[in-house]
Amino acid sequence: MIDIGLDILSWILLTLGGACVLIGGIGGLRLPNFYTRIHAASLTDTMATLLIFAGMMLQAGLSLPTLKLLAIMLFLLLTGPTATYALANAALLSGLKPDAETVTDNDKGHAG
Amino acid sequence: MKLLELLGYFNYWVFAIILTVGLYAVIRKTNLIKKLIGLSIFQSAVFLMYITMDKVEGGTAPIIQAGVENQIFSNPLPQVLILTAIVVGVSTLALGLAIVVRINESYGTIEEREILDAD
Amino acid sequence: MIFVFALFLLTLLVITALAIVHTENLFVAVMLTSIFSLLMAANFFILDAADVALTEAAVGAGVTTVIFLSALALTGEREKPRVGGRNIALVTVGVLALLIIYATFDKPRLGDPNAPVHQHVAPWYLEKTPEYMGFPNVVTAVLSSFRGYDTLGEVFVVFAACIGVLFILGVRPPRESLEPRDESSGLRHHLIPQVVGRLLVPFIVLFGLYVQFHGEYGPGGGFQAGAIIATGVILYALLEGEAEALRAVPRSVLLGMVIGGAMLFGSVGVVCMLMGGAFLDYSVLAADPVWGQQLGILIIEAGVGMAVCGALLSIFHAFAARESLS
Repeated sequence: MIDIGLDILSWILLTLGGACVLIGGIGGLRLPNFYTRIHAASLTDTMATLLIFAGMMLQAGLSLPTLKLLAIMLFLLLTGPTATYALANAALLSGLKPDAETVTDNDKGHAG
Repeated sequence: MKLLELLGYFNYWVFAIILTVGLYAVIRKTNLIKKLIGLSIFQSAVFLMYITMDKVEGGTAPIIQAGVENQIFSNPLPQVLILTAIVVGVSTLALGLAIVVRINESYGTIEEREILDAD
Repeated sequence: MIFVFALFLLTLLVITALAIVHTENLFVAVMLTSIFSLLMAANFFILDAADVALTEAAVGAGVTTVIFLSALALTGEREKPRVGGRNIALVTVGVLALLIIYATFDKPRLGDPNAPVHQHVAPWYLEKTPEYMGFPNVVTAVLSSFRGYDTLGEVFVVFAACIGVLFILGVRPPRESLEPRDESSGLRHHLIPQVVGRLLVPFIVLFGLYVQFHGEYGPGGGFQAGAIIATGVILYALLEGEAEALRAVPRSVLLGMVIGGAMLFGSVGVVCMLMGGAFLDYSVLAADPVWGQQLGILIIEAGVGMAVCGALLSIFHAFAARESLS
C-alpha cells in the first residue's frame, strides 16, 4: 500500500519536474531580452532540480544511492545559480544594459 | 527490413554524418581554430562508432557484481581502446592550439589564406 | 524505451555538430563543442560504457573547453568566411557520407551477441578477471594489466604533449610588453563565485581522489581522477587569479608530478623484470599473485593520475601565462 503511494508520489514529482524543464526551455527561446532569458534558465536550475531529484530519491528508497543523489542535488543547487550570477555579471560588465525601454536585443545592437 | 532493424543502424548513420560534418569543417574553413574544432568532432564520431560496437543486447556495464550469476556483460575491449584515445586526443589538441597561438604571434593572423600570402 | 531516448540524443548530436560548423563566432563554437562532448558522454552511458562516459565528461566537456577558451583569448574571436569552391566540398563530403552509410549495412546490427567483436578475446577477459585480479571492474583490469603496454604508451604521449606545449609556449615573446602584472587576474566583482568556489574546490579534489582509488570497484581510474583534480585547481585559478594558483601548486611541483608519474609507471615494469617476471607482469610483485596484481595496478593508476593531472595543469598555466598581443 505504502509502496504504491510512494510510487505515485514520485511519478507526480518527476512529471512536475519535467514540466518545469519544458517551461524553462520554452521561456529560454521565446523571451525577448537576455536578462529575461536568464530568469527562464534559472527555473531549470532550481525548481526542476529539486522536483526531479526528490522523485528519484523516492524511487531509490533508503539506500546508498539516495545519499549520492542528495549530494548531487546539493551540488547542482549550489553551482547552478552561481553560474547564472556569473553570466549576468559578465553581461553587465561588458555593457549589456538591462534596459526596460528597448524590448528586444535587436533594437539597440549588441555591446561588447 | 523492419523498422526496428533499420533503426538499429541509426547509430552508424549518425556516425557517418558527424564524421563528414567534422571533415567538412577541416576542409572548408580557413580559420585554424575552426579546423581544430572540426578535427575534434571527427575524433568524437570515431569514438561513437567503437562504443556502438561494444553493446550487447540485454547486457550491462562490465563490472562483475558478486553473487549475481549468468549476467550478460557488454564488451570491455573497445572501451579500453577509446579511453586511451580520448586522453591522447586532448593532448594533441593542446599541442595544436599551442602551435596556433605561436602562429598568431608570428604572423598576426590565424586565417590560412593570409598566412600563405605572407610567406 | 531507452531506445527512443538514445535516438533523441543522437539527433541532438547531429544538430549540435551542424551548428558548430555553421556559426562564425568562435566563442559560440567552443561552447557548443562543450555541449557536444556532454551529449556524447550521455550517449556513451546509454551504450553501457560507464568508464568512457566519465572520461569524456571530465576531459571533453571540462578540460578541452578551458584550453580552447584560453587559446581563443590569445587569438581572435571571429572567423572570416571563405568564398568559392563550396559546391566541390559539399559534393565530396556528401559522396563520402553516402559511401560510409552504404558500408555500414554490412555491419552487425546493434547489440548482436554473435558479432565477431564479441568472440575472441573479450569473453576470456570477462572470465579471467575474477580469477587473476580479484576485483569487479573489468575495464580497469584490462586497461592496467592485460593491456598495460597501451597505457604505458599513453602516459608517455601525455608527457610528450606537456613537454611540447611547454617548449612552444614557455618561451617569452620577443616584444617586451608591459611590466609584470601583479594585480590579481581573477574575476572582477567576484564575491559570490569566490565564496561558492572556495566551498567547492575541496570537495572536487576529494571526489577526484575517490574516483582514483575506486577505479577497481566501479567506473573510475587514473585518467578521470587526474582530469577531475586538474579541473578543481583550474577552478581555483580562475577565481583567485593565476598567481595565487601558482603559489598553491607551484610549477616545480607540476613538473615533478608529470615526470614522477611517468617514471613510476616505467619503474614498476622494470621492478617486475628484476623480480623475475616479464615487463609489466605484476603477479611477481608479492607472494600471492592476485595481491601482486592489485598492488601493481594501484601503483600504476597513481602514476597515471599524477601524470595526467600535472600535464593538464602545466598546459593550462602555459596558456594562461602567455600575454595577449591585442
